[in-house]
Amino acid sequence: MVANSATLKSKEELIEKWGKHEVITGSEMLLRSLLLEGVDCVFGYPGGAVLYIYDAMYGFEDFNHLLTRHEQGAIHAADGYARSTGKVGVCIATSGPGATNLVTGIATAYMDSVPLVVITGNVATTLIGTDAFQEADIVGITMPITKHSYLVRKAEDLPRIIHEAFHIANTGRKGPVLIDIPKDVSNEKALFKPHTEVKLRGYNPTVQPNKQQVDKMLRAIEQAERPVLLVGGGAVYSGAHEEVLAFAEKTGIPVTTTLLGLGAFPSGHELHMGFPGMHGTWTANMAIQESDLLVNIGARFDDRVTGKLAGFAPHAKIVHVDIDPAEIGKNVPTDIPIVGDVKAVLQQAVAGAKYAAKADAWRALISERKAAKPFAYNDSDEELKPQWVVSMIHETTHGDAIVTTDVGQHQMWAAQYYPFNKPRSWVTSGGLGTMGFGFPSAIGAQMGNPDRTVVSINGDGGMQMCSQELAICAINNIPVKVAILNNQVLGMVRQWQELIYDNRYSHIDLAGSPDFVKLAEAYGVKAFRASNKEEARTAWEAALAHDGPAVVEFVVRKGENVYPMVTQGSTIDQMLMGDAE
Amino acid sequence: MNGRHTIAILVNDQPGVLQRVSGLFGRRGFNIESITVGSSEEPGLSRMVIVTTGDNHTLEQIEKQLYKIIDVIKVVDIGSGPMVARELGLIKVTADPSARPEILGIVETFRASVVDISPNSLIVQVVGGSDKIDAMIELLKPYGIRELSRTGVTAMARGSAR
Repeated sequence: MVANSATLKSKEELIEKWGKHEVITGSEMLLRSLLLEGVDCVFGYPGGAVLYIYDAMYGFEDFNHLLTRHEQGAIHAADGYARSTGKVGVCIATSGPGATNLVTGIATAYMDSVPLVVITGNVATTLIGTDAFQEADIVGITMPITKHSYLVRKAEDLPRIIHEAFHIANTGRKGPVLIDIPKDVSNEKALFKPHTEVKLRGYNPTVQPNKQQVDKMLRAIEQAERPVLLVGGGAVYSGAHEEVLAFAEKTGIPVTTTLLGLGAFPSGHELHMGFPGMHGTWTANMAIQESDLLVNIGARFDDRVTGKLAGFAPHAKIVHVDIDPAEIGKNVPTDIPIVGDVKAVLQQAVAGAKYAAKADAWRALISERKAAKPFAYNDSDEELKPQWVVSMIHETTHGDAIVTTDVGQHQMWAAQYYPFNKPRSWVTSGGLGTMGFGFPSAIGAQMGNPDRTVVSINGDGGMQMCSQELAICAINNIPVKVAILNNQVLGMVRQWQELIYDNRYSHIDLAGSPDFVKLAEAYGVKAFRASNKEEARTAWEAALAHDGPAVVEFVVRKGENVYPMVTQGSTIDQMLMGDAE
Repeated sequence: MNGRHTIAILVNDQPGVLQRVSGLFGRRGFNIESITVGSSEEPGLSRMVIVTTGDNHTLEQIEKQLYKIIDVIKVVDIGSGPMVARELGLIKVTADPSARPEILGIVETFRASVVDISPNSLIVQVVGGSDKIDAMIELLKPYGIRELSRTGVTAMARGSAR
């Protein structure tokens, strides 16, 4: 794998090295500004409008540039890098089609509040608005799916804009920021003066909470008989896992972590109930529905969590902690709103928190329920079950890998059967539900975490949406371990068609897909196929032991469904439990 | 409870800022009855006035979502207190010489003015609250309105408070 050439340097060292005031081109300013922000890895794809930028990168070794095989691969990789490291992910694409190929990735990051700086080229300022070759109004196209965006008009603005973009992307509610650089601007010379300050009148996220509100929450906890902590991605993003643990233990409140919150609280902890919602645990859903106090910490009451809103947590007083005031009260009426950064809020709250003494019976009930109804499936010795495969992956990686997934059944099985104990170990497209995300995001995660095992769990559908990035794994020896749970069908769509559309299976058959082993080998990636437990374990262990990327295709049972399941329009206590014994 | 709300938004005078604000209303399903933009008392900042309808929950969401736009500096629900709201309308009305005196009578009653005269039409300019302009239009309809253009409401809270 490519060595990380840029080691972490202090701000002063960076300025010393890259901050010289001199006349340089916009392209050189861009590269120096990125280095000043501490960027060590960029994912990109060149083209006409970014030729000056790539020319400036010729022979450049101060950060890694990974040439993906599709812009979509580049942005999902940047996303995986950002989610797994907490740093800003960066990608570069050319104008027009290069830029529009980023759109899905930008929307993915926006929905899940992932900090990205997305750099696109554009046609020269003199050509903008003329329908020039490879011109697209990418700022306009992405306005609804970016936290902010810039069209750079003068090279001298670049240092300020880049510094602002990194600040906006990675503070407050994080998100993608787009910088569109016309070709002439990237070649324009100006005096480079690095920016170290940000002055934005319209942008002052509230970090420290209102103490009175925090006290109200603490009093409500003391009174509660059936309290629940609902912990979301915000807890991961603010780096608050230690505070969440301290707060939960001090108050003794059972915890459910949302899909994006997995890892924010140790899965094996006696207070942990698993994740809630459509395919979550029975215990977590019942607890929410019966709770008299629901403390939401950095989750946004997504419809996959709440089910039918009208019947959601009907007895609960609602506390909502969120850095984004617009999330509070958006879906669920809130009794105690707390605007602030999760870490800051919990640091303040832990000090005054008392044990929820009235909730002893509740804790006991939840322990019983956890034991009574864990996730379950009917295992088989004839057919390979996807749930078994995920459990085997968990066992062989000691629960310590970074796991990325695509979207669909395998994603839910990964969430159910790969319990996490650490934050930033789980990379999944929760909000947008982007197929094609799983594999390239693993490449980014591996670039950001060269010392960790990175596993990408995919279905046979999503794997075909970005499989071209096998090339960069092979060429750069990026040792991602790819599991493909091949059931030869679009499984989640099949499941809905079976359960809700009367077995009318419409256009879901993926038989005739390429031989994934041959596909991987065509790129020079080691590959294995497994159809039973013995083969599966042998192949997977060989893949893990291999010093480089590896693909294992697991041929799994076609008709397997994800349970439990809350069908759309039902409240979350109305769960189909499946037929597992 | 559904109601009409008048919101003043102070924004950076940046290219695309109108698109950011109007796009937000569009994609989140907020209604725009009218929108006006112009310079404000501070160089580099513009003030938009948007008239919208919705319940209190919608109004709260509109304000919160607007604040998420980096170029939005301040959002004020000016309709929540006493305010001055004005709109300008230009109405081109058919006016043969025989009909002119009647029309001029209406114009005078509304303290409107005639800003253009041609052989068989007049342009009437009327300033006031939206209701007043609605009423003026109703009264001129029988004569034949050839063209109508309204600015939308601009507004300000009464008193010294900003």
